[in-house]
Amino acid sequence: MGILDFLKRKPEATATVARERLRIIVAQERSTRGAPDYLPMMRNELLEVIKKYVHVDLDAININFERDSGHEILELSVTLPEGKQAPKSEAKTG
Amino acid sequence: MTAEIIVVTSGKGGVGKTTTSASLATGLAMAGKKVAVIDFDVGLRNLDLIMGCERRVVYDFVNVVHGEATLKQALIRDKRHDNLFVLAASQTRDKDALTQEGVEKVLDGLSEDGFDYVVCDSPAGIEKGAHLAMYFADHAVVVVNPEVSSVRDSDRILGLLASKTRRAEKGDGPVIQHLLLTRYNPARVAIGEMLSVKDVEEILGIEVVGVIPESENVLTASNNGIPVIVDAASQAGQAYSDTVARILGEERPLRFIDVPKKGFLQRVFGG
Repeated sequence: MGILDFLKRKPEATATVARERLRIIVAQERSTRGAPDYLPMMRNELLEVIKKYVHVDLDAININFERDSGHEILELSVTLPEGKQAPKSEAKTG
Repeated sequence: MTAEIIVVTSGKGGVGKTTTSASLATGLAMAGKKVAVIDFDVGLRNLDLIMGCERRVVYDFVNVVHGEATLKQALIRDKRHDNLFVLAASQTRDKDALTQEGVEKVLDGLSEDGFDYVVCDSPAGIEKGAHLAMYFADHAVVVVNPEVSSVRDSDRILGLLASKTRRAEKGDGPVIQHLLLTRYNPARVAIGEMLSVKDVEEILGIEVVGVIPESENVLTASNNGIPVIVDAASQAGQAYSDTVARILGEERPLRFIDVPKKGFLQRVFGG
């Protein structure tokens, strides 16, 4: 980095960082608000099961909980990694 | 005629709930309303200090709930406003000293006594005290600082207001939510160091009812035991006055949210 670059460098707008972090966490927390307390535990257990077959992170599991008048919807989506996803041999269904 | 119940809440501690409760209650009284302000922070009494009546507390909220004192005995009349009363928190360490029935009894008693507004100063957190403070509310003032943890906590509180209140449970229409941004520093916002009014509004999906600038006068006011709204010369006091007017239905533009432009003389001589 040249001297000119150094002089021209603006301080990073930390408010922007804060805003983006908040957007994500608030949206995530809203999506599971009012949902049963067992959801985080269920999410972890599901992850364990899924991991037997394919390697995914906790972030790959998205649980959405919605309450309509009269019924509740539990929506679960798992983003599988791209490319090879050969299941471990002993984990095949049977 | 029932009293309107306003809870001042935030989730996070230290954001200005008690300062806001004191100024809101005083502002409503200055507008001619009969107002009681109740400290729900059982164990950590503080509102009396901010209101400047700490040496006149004889009976407290818990005494009234337990029938050890009447409302009339426990309500402390404000020195400056005849139509403003404080109900102090108990300093007992028993967290179960307040019950939902007990709180309801006190609020009903205040309605019967002709109070127009009851301001409930919530403790921090989302435990029992905070729950009881918000449960009977018609309005909620959610105090938030332009800071990540405070914003996140206030979103939590907005969710609780929509589900864990009497209005929500009985389907009586929602608690009216007012977002109050406090400790706002326009100079830091201008250089990207602090979340702006717009940022906070967008993240939480709710408009602000007021913005209170960070101000030395708030500490001065609490030192003196005089709610900052009484200090009509201060920006914080004026911002609180605007906020109270808006809660009463008046439209007023936001003030003190931009960096003040310095005049020539100010630039030369400072200040």
